[in-house]
This record gives sequence, C-alpha cells and structure tokens, in this order.
Amino acid sequence: MGSVGAKDVPVLLTPEGRRIDGRKLDELRPIRIQAGPLHQADGSAFVEWGANKVMAAVYGPREVHPRHLQQNNKAVIQCRYNMAAFSVDERKRPGLDRRSQEISKVIAEAFESVVFAEEYPRTSIDVYIEVLQANAGTRCAGLVAASVALADAGIPMVDLLPAVAVGKVAGQIALDLKKEEDNFGEADLPMALVPQSGRLVLLQMEGHMTPEELSRALDLGVAGCTVIYGKMKQALRDRYATTELAGGAA
Amino acid sequence: MSQGHRSGHRHRGRGETSPPPSRERTLVLPGEELPGQGLKPGAGTYRVGGKVYASVLGLLAPKPPFLTVIPLSGRYIPKAGDTVIGVVTDCQTTFWLLDIAAPRWAPLHVTGSPWKVEVGETDQYLRVGDAVVVRVESLEATGRIGVTMLGDGLGKLEGGTIVSVSPARIPRVVGRNGSMVGSITAHTGAEIAVGQNGRIWVGGSPEAIHRTREALRMIDEQGQHRGLTARVESYLTSTDRAGDRGPERAPIESAHRDAIPHELPPLPDVSPDEADGAGPDDSAEY
Repeated sequence: MGSVGAKDVPVLLTPEGRRIDGRKLDELRPIRIQAGPLHQADGSAFVEWGANKVMAAVYGPREVHPRHLQQNNKAVIQCRYNMAAFSVDERKRPGLDRRSQEISKVIAEAFESVVFAEEYPRTSIDVYIEVLQANAGTRCAGLVAASVALADAGIPMVDLLPAVAVGKVAGQIALDLKKEEDNFGEADLPMALVPQSGRLVLLQMEGHMTPEELSRALDLGVAGCTVIYGKMKQALRDRYATTELAGGAA
Repeated sequence: MSQGHRSGHRHRGRGETSPPPSRERTLVLPGEELPGQGLKPGAGTYRVGGKVYASVLGLLAPKPPFLTVIPLSGRYIPKAGDTVIGVVTDCQTTFWLLDIAAPRWAPLHVTGSPWKVEVGETDQYLRVGDAVVVRVESLEATGRIGVTMLGDGLGKLEGGTIVSVSPARIPRVVGRNGSMVGSITAHTGAEIAVGQNGRIWVGGSPEAIHRTREALRMIDEQGQHRGLTARVESYLTSTDRAGDRGPERAPIESAHRDAIPHELPPLPDVSPDEADGAGPDDSAEY
C-alpha cells in the first residue's frame, strides 16, 4: 500500500536546511510587482511571485451591479478571484468553483477592513484577480496584486495589504511555500497584514501545527509581509516616481 | 502655539528656481505616516492615535491648518460648479441618468434641461448614448450628484468624439490660462471642450481629431513630466501640414458650434503639476 505516492514524494528539506528550490526556511521566492499595466481599469497590477503570475484590475467606485447589493452607507467591495484554464499543468475547468468563491470572499472581506468604504455610499468597488499561472500561494499573490491595484485606482484605504503564506515542510516552519511544498507539506497558513496597525485581516490554515509552531509561523509571516510591503510600495513609487522627481527638481 | 511652530512655508526659502510657489511635492502612499505635527487631517488622510497617515496615493500638500494629499489617480470626484461631459445611460420619465465618470450616475432632471419635456418623453430629447455638457450643481451626502444643462456652454454635443484622460491630468490638458488647449486647437483646427471629469470632446476633421487625440494621449501618459508643453508643441509642429492648419479647412460640425463651451473651465485651485515653465531642464525621464 501507499507505494504509488510514497516514492514520488520529493526531498523537501536537505540536511543542510535547504528547500526544494534551494531556499532557506525563512526565504521568499523572488517577487516582481508592476503597478498600472492595464489602461481600461481604474487601477491595476501584475505580480510575478516565484512561478505565480497574477493580474489584478480594480474598477470603481462605480454603480453597483446587481443593484440589490447596494449599501446606503458605504461602498460594497466585490471581488472575483479566477484561475485561468491554463494556469495549472492539467487544464483547470474554467469558471467559478467552491475554492475560487471562498478565496474571492476572504479577499473581499480582507479589503473591507482596510478600505474607507463609507466615503462612497451606494457604489461598488470591483476587484478582479486573474491567476495566469499558479504555483501555490496564489491567494496571497492575488491579494498583493489587488492591493497595489486599489492604490493605483486612488481608492482611500488604511494601508496596503501585503500577504504571504507560511507552512510546515518536513517538520519545519517555512516561509512562502511553493507547489511541491504545499502538496506534500504538513500545513499551510496564508495571512494578510495591515502594516499600519499590525492587524491580520486574513488568516486561514490547512493542516496541523502545534501552538508553538503557529506562533512561530505568525512571526515568520509578519516578517515576510514586511518585505513584500516594501516591494509593493516600490512598485507604486516606480509608477508615479517621475511626479516626485519633477517636484524634487524644482 | 504662539511660537507659530507649524511653519507651513518652510520649504519656500530653499532657493528654488522661479517656477511658481513650489508646494510640498512628496509622493505618499496609503498607510504612510505624514510629517507635519499640529496639522489636522484633511482630504486624503486619516488620523489614528494622534498620528496622521495618508489614505490615498498622491502628493503631500500641507494647507495649514490641514494636511492633505492630492490624489494622483482615481475616478473623477465631482465638485459643485465643475463643467463635465456626461453620456446618457438611462431615460426615466422625468430625468435622464448620466455617466459622468464619477462614482455614481448623475440624474439630470427635465427642469435642468433647456427643453419643455412632457412627462415620459425624455427620450425624444436625449437618448441613451448621447453626450452632453452639464454642470455639477449639488452634491448630497447620499452621494447623489445633481447636474444641470442650463447655462453658458452647456448642452448636447453633436458629432465629434470623446477622448478620456485621467481627471488628475485636466489641469495639464488646459494648461496655464488655457495655453495647452489653445496650442492644440491652433495647430489642428479642432474644436475642444474640456470636462473636469477627464472627458474631452473633440470636433473637426478626421485629421484634426486624430492629431488632437494623439496630443491628449501624450498629455495623459506623460503629464507628470516637465517640458510637456514643448513636447506636445513639437509633436503638433512635426505633423503640421498646410491642409491641416487653421480655419481655411471648414470644420465638419460647424453647424453645432453654439453648443460647445467656448469658455474654458476655470483652473482648479491646486494642480499637482503646474510647474511646467521649465523647458531647458527637461530631463527626459521617459
């Protein structure tokens, strides 16, 4: 029994403490963020995070569709997380599924806690997240992309929302799991942080951790978020930098 | 307090070159703590625990006693008195709904139109898709935007085309005292009506419209650069041909000139990029 899967399990952690792609336990995959690649949207961002590629577009505040979702005292935040059919090695059946609905919901709720929605009553802020290529951690990559896109769209909010997943691989707590680690690891803990207040606005967990491991994972995740936060800010600065130069040169 | 330690003008004395009163030009992002103790949180900011943070991406602008952030992006936020270009999205029995590129659609009541409209006959005057120049009259706490079509330069737009730019670029499109718009119309012979909401109506010959659209695209994409006026000017000059110039080519839509506002909308109080006087130190970051 078990012979099918067992011998396929890759070595997730070398004795030297290196992971499957050579990273250390507290190391992130390379991240590149571009703010404002799309012209039709009010705000947009493209994130390459390891082998993940995620595009986010933000529209609004604008009229609410469907109307009955309209709120009289604030904007509603509608989010659609979607994976392209070609985003994984076996074709993903296109369209909404339970997983994407759940992710859309938790991301929308994360943004609800940072966006000043009361400034735009009876409107909708629509966030579209399209995963073009997936390699674990797409909800975090999507959230990061959407957050940069929201800032690019001029939406008022408490702060940008960096996000990262921490997991447990070969008995060790590791930052930012990639696909093999996610598939064969023991736990996965995505989180999103509000740097301004230190609050977590998204926290999910799959698998098992001891309370001590959880506590260590949270610390590691917050540290990872801080790094990502810097990259998000840099992406926005790069897009709007010339404005600053013009001012500084005066 | 009596010492006046909130020196809002402290950056003036640094020996900057002539172009106008240089305001604070720091780019700030949401969540960034803002300098300027004692200033109250103004537009684009919020306060937590005595500290003021930016809530939008924009340029820091201390306007004592307030600390404000001028947004660099985002949709058009209506202001009473603004002249805007709207597109009809719905005809109700006593009003039209206009998309003015704002967060909400703006109702235009028949009493705000120049016509005597019978109840239920709104679509005899304006249909879905028609473009109009209207003025923002009232803003309500509910987010409702009241607009009127009664006034100088307001009315239905016929012919031509609408080009959209970022509302933050409108001061740049207009230029100081309308210099940019003036330069474009002089070169292309197009007619232009600028809406504060980032929509620009362009009328004239196809070439005139094309060149104007290109010039507007340049402004939209490079609006933050110094020396933009010179660049646009050089584009226009390089595409000048005898046939395109001036009024000898009759504009196609001349019959409707009267509907077009000749008076340019007033320059907004604060424009993030008014310092376009400097041709020589154009550093060509692009």
